[in-house]
This record gives sequence, C-alpha cells and structure tokens, in this order.
Amino acid sequence: MSTGSDATATAERAPGELTRAGVLQGARAAVPLAIAVGAFGISFGVLATSSGFGGLAAIVMSATTFSGASQFAAVSILASGGGVGAAVLAAVLLAGRYGPIGLSVAPILHGRAVLRFLQSQLIIDESWALSSRGGGEFDRSILLGAGGLIFVSWFAGTLLGVVGGDFLGDPESLGLDAAFPALFLGLLAGQVKDRRAFVAAILGAVIALALIPFVRPGIPIIAAALACFVGWRRE
Amino acid sequence: MSDAWVVVLVVGVATMSLKAAGPVAIGGRELPPRALRMVAALAPALLAALVVTQAVEDGQDIVFDERLAGLAVAAVLLAFRVPILGVVVAAAATAAILRAL
Repeated sequence: MSTGSDATATAERAPGELTRAGVLQGARAAVPLAIAVGAFGISFGVLATSSGFGGLAAIVMSATTFSGASQFAAVSILASGGGVGAAVLAAVLLAGRYGPIGLSVAPILHGRAVLRFLQSQLIIDESWALSSRGGGEFDRSILLGAGGLIFVSWFAGTLLGVVGGDFLGDPESLGLDAAFPALFLGLLAGQVKDRRAFVAAILGAVIALALIPFVRPGIPIIAAALACFVGWRRE
Repeated sequence: MSDAWVVVLVVGVATMSLKAAGPVAIGGRELPPRALRMVAALAPALLAALVVTQAVEDGQDIVFDERLAGLAVAAVLLAFRVPILGVVVAAAATAAILRAL
C-alpha cells in the first residue's frame, strides 16, 4: 500500500510529529477503507430513517459517536424494541476497546488538553491499526490522516443514506464487510516481528473466538486486550 | 426527549470519553517501560481479535460464511507479499462473487 518514498518518509518522521506529507500518506492508505466505511455509512443512514430512529439523530450520532459497530448495534436494538438500556449497553461494550486503544496512542497525542481530546476522536480501529509501526510505536500523522478521511466518509455516507435513501443497496452484497478482516490480517502480518507479538496475537485470537458464544458482542475484543499482559515481564 | 436522542446522547458521551480518556489523562508523556511493552503486545492481540470477530462473529454465533472465504484469499495473497490494498480489494471481491452465485 505504501510506496518506497512513503516508507522513507515514515522512518524519518518522529512518532509524535505531525507533517503534511504524513497526514496525506495516512489518508491515501485509508482510501479503500474509506470507500467501504462510506458505503456502511449510507446503510446506517438508511437503517436509522427506516427504523424510526430519525435522520437527524443518525447524523448527529455519526458526527459524535463515530463508531460503526456501536451505532449499528444501538439503532438495531432500539428498532427491535430492546429498549434504551439494552441499546446503550451493547453500544458501550462495543466501544470499550477504545479505552486501551486510546491509552496506546496517548504518548503521541500531545498539545493542550482540548486538542488532545479532539485528536482522540479520530481514533477508530482502522486509523489506529494503520498508524501502528509495531513495537508499541504509533504514527500520529497517519492516525490523524486516516482517521480524518474515514470520519468524513462515515459522516458523508450517513448524510447520503438519510437524504438519498437506499440507492446503493446492501454493502454486504458488494462484499464490503469482508474488506475489514482482510485489512486487519494484513496489518497484523506486519506486526508479528518477534515471539512476544506472535504469542499476543495467538492469545488475542483464541480469547476472542472462545468468548463469542458466551458473552455479548464487544466483550470478546475487550477481553482479548488482556493478552497484552504477555508484555508484563521483560523477555 | 425521545428514546433515540437519549441513545445518541449517552452513547456519544460514553464513546467520546472512552477514546479521549488515555490521551487527555497522559497525552504526550512517555509510558514507563512495562506499559510500553504491554502496548506493544496490545496491537497484535487486538488486531487478531478484530480479524476473528469481523470474520466469523454474528451476534453471539460463530458462522462460516463468505467473509471467511474472503479472509482465506487474503491470507494466501499476503503470503505472496501482495500489497494490502490488493488484498483488501480481493477479499471484498471474493465475498461479493460468492454471494452473487
């Protein structure tokens, strides 16, 4: 995905440094995902209007919550009569992973507290994964460039879905849901550089898979974060 | 306030707070060595969990469907060092074609 010159630029940029070239590099890397996310944004807008959640509520939610899985869960549960409590619980559990994810990129998000807050809102699975350089290091320019583009496409997609309706059809018929596990696998492959990372990946996968049938969606991913304790001791 | 707006408000505040907690509390400061080692292990652990859940999770069921076929194609292409962009597109195309059959 990255060209040779991008790789050089990445190596020369400090993790917490924000450069125009780096932000553009992050945005470029996120283009295929932004397309898929935009399509799901449209279907979120369609679902929200057709289920009675409301178009304006959907647009505000995409601008603030900016977490696809949480938003789909909340709206579907409300639509099926599950109640406010169940909808909120499901959505918050699905967003729970952003606690540890936010912590992992905290060192590179400097600036005044309000700026740190704003930057942190561009953290989602995809931008975080693209910004990871391995070894616990993250690239701030990539995080913000990728997160910014994906935010725009999620928001614009929701708006289109609310206003334009179901002109695209089901994103799953286009296979777009299969793009995300493939992306995460590709990024994982670049991360597993030593034994500890390998053990963490295996543990994370096993924990998540083993828990899926027994707990609510979202919890398997939060529990998988516990695999980070393989870093407790020095090698 | 309608149910929808209560959900928008509560979920919005919760998600924004979860994302912001780490960066607002300790933003810009170096992590101690142990925390850094744990963060280093967090990325592969969460990425692997995301691969698993996005490929086979359907609510609380484990299903083997077109997503898994797309993931298998992705794994083969990655083994042949195909760039991620091509891998992602091939995975989506695989699922789309299988669903169209």
